Amino acid sequence: MALFSSLSERLNHIFSKMTKHGKLTALEIKEAMREIRVALLEADVNFKVAKDFIAKVSELAVGEEILKSLTPTQQVIKIVRDNLIELMGGENQKLNVSPKPPTIIMMCGLQGSGKTTMCGKLALKLKKEGKKPLLVACDIYRPAAIDQLKVLGKSIQIDVFERGTQNPVKTCKQALEYAEKFALDTVIIDTAGRLQIDEKLMDELKEIKKAINPTEILLVIDAMIGQEAVAVSTAFNDALDVTGVVLTKIDGDTRGGAALSIRSVIGKPIKFVGVGEKLTDLEPFYPDRMASRILGMGDVLTLIDKAQEAVDEKTAKEMERKFRENSFDLNDYIEQVNSLKKMGGLKSVLSMMPGIGGKLKQLEDQIDDKMLEKNKAIIQSMTAKERLDPSIINGSRRARIAKGAGVQVSDVNQLIKQFNQSKEMMRMMKNPKAYGGKMAMMRKLMGQ
Amino acid sequence: MGIFKKFFEKIKYAFTKTELNDDFYDELESVLISSDMGVETALDIMDELKSVCKSKLIKDVERAQVELKNILIENLHSVEPNFECPLVITVVGVNGVGKTTTIAKMTKFFQNKKKSVMLVAGDTFRAAATEQLSNWADRLKVKVVKQGEGADPASVVFDAISSAKAKKTDVLIVDTAGRLHTKVNLMKELEKINNIISREYPEAKRLNLIVLDASIGQNSIAQVKAFKDSVQIDGIVLTKLDGTAKGGVVYPIINELKVPIIFTGFGEGVDDLELFNPTSFVEKILM
Repeated sequence: MALFSSLSERLNHIFSKMTKHGKLTALEIKEAMREIRVALLEADVNFKVAKDFIAKVSELAVGEEILKSLTPTQQVIKIVRDNLIELMGGENQKLNVSPKPPTIIMMCGLQGSGKTTMCGKLALKLKKEGKKPLLVACDIYRPAAIDQLKVLGKSIQIDVFERGTQNPVKTCKQALEYAEKFALDTVIIDTAGRLQIDEKLMDELKEIKKAINPTEILLVIDAMIGQEAVAVSTAFNDALDVTGVVLTKIDGDTRGGAALSIRSVIGKPIKFVGVGEKLTDLEPFYPDRMASRILGMGDVLTLIDKAQEAVDEKTAKEMERKFRENSFDLNDYIEQVNSLKKMGGLKSVLSMMPGIGGKLKQLEDQIDDKMLEKNKAIIQSMTAKERLDPSIINGSRRARIAKGAGVQVSDVNQLIKQFNQSKEMMRMMKNPKAYGGKMAMMRKLMGQ
Repeated sequence: MGIFKKFFEKIKYAFTKTELNDDFYDELESVLISSDMGVETALDIMDELKSVCKSKLIKDVERAQVELKNILIENLHSVEPNFECPLVITVVGVNGVGKTTTIAKMTKFFQNKKKSVMLVAGDTFRAAATEQLSNWADRLKVKVVKQGEGADPASVVFDAISSAKAKKTDVLIVDTAGRLHTKVNLMKELEKINNIISREYPEAKRLNLIVLDASIGQNSIAQVKAFKDSVQIDGIVLTKLDGTAKGGVVYPIINELKVPIIFTGFGEGVDDLELFNPTSFVEKILM
């Protein structure tokens, strides 16, 4: 897998062979783009989309000045990343709302893309925003699909309208009457999954669209989809003229190249991403974050957001003071471990770090979340003085601590090493501004 | 070249060129990568084709096409499965690949072979998963062992094994929660299910199958790797081949992870499953 680290390494290798000069040459670009192309294809970007993209970016990159602050590798990645972002739509796009209620959101997509779960997530999000949503079960083919939506609806206390296996068009019309009667302002329709080449079922979607005229028609696509992304999104868009796309299952180690393929082929905005199995796991789509993911650069921006959510203002201020005074100690480390847990655990955080992403598997033995508990035990075996100033921990203290915590001395050494590293990392995370804003900080974290 | 051209049209285009020149190989590369086999595998296969053509002095595309087909078939390293009973089949895979439907189809497959089948509703996590399986079980007239939502799947499996032993059931098929392979706890749960079967039913033959969706790209490799870290994986069921997806990602999985394909699925009906046939799989790719 072409991780960002290895991509940068490969690019560095190319540029190190070249004589240094102020501008990127056509030859350098050509060699670099070969590596970028492999990275895109390994992220499942469609073959043709990758080819066109590379052609366009190569043209833009030739003759580009290498900025003083960047290396040629960084410069190339910056150009590629900027263009990826632009292609994926720049800014995040919000859900359309009908001026006259109800707003009707119709969900469609392949089997197994995660439509039903996404309906629940969307309904919950809208409910939290003060809307009164109604879920409509129109998947009359998959056994128990209606039950699934009902269970979901019940868990978030949102009405689910269903008429069993009656014709979905009829069910939709009745659902609208129901919504009007009970003053529900948003209607979310779950349709059956279908193959884009299944004409009969595609016709059914067209009929539903014609009958109820939805405000939004969202195409739900599994972020792990391969080269098929193009055929699928084109067919659904041709049939329904969709208004947007929702990517699901982005919480795996998927690189999500489909986002680029879909956006460049049908030109419709990606509005949301599903990031987990819980109904709260729904996020707006951020093209810049997706660009980093596709290039295997990790998702530092999401990480920063999560860090900001997990640490409350007061603790953060206190920490900041400690960082400023460089008095961050092991008691704070325990505090940090707890924050990490709130951010979804060490693995989740690491998976968003640049250059780690897919490598996580190899690291798994070392970063078992149990390790955090072990570290806690080690710290708790230290004296108050040692916790405040780990630098005083000498050989005999290490041996005593190891004995107290029931671990090896090497574990203690590792913890102290980690402590020093995390001190550095947390300092950057807590105070992005000091590092020239998020972007500059990300470059720093990229280690280039 | 239109981007939406079907695979077979592309390969035809590739083979309408009479000479095996760079254009030919460029086109072939696009065809292979478009099947989701990945850059590396595509390049390996092209290298293999180049060297075969060189050693056999093949210069025309027609003979090259025959060689390509042979190479693609050979690289599938297909094996004849052996379904000795009593058999416990544990079905794993991430969300939405079609595990439950596959279980229904396998039930029919074994019923056609005059075997008795019992199902185990081990997915106690997803809303209505048990209902979905029970629904199929009713239609196929087989027993399904289940508990409520949120129950410990290992305990459901335990119950099912006692029942299967008492009834001398030939094939016990265990459904498991669809899990993104990055969720450690759910993977641990799978290990536990596996251990229970080994402990409680050591005399049974085992077949752990991973269900993969043909439309998924390179992530399928990571999926198999992750499941392999938790439990032994004996084979693949490749689903959703009735679409236009080719499922070429199985190539790196077979060659690097040594997991063979056992079944392929191509529809939502209970009969839409067959034993893997490498020739027709490749022919679909090269159609």
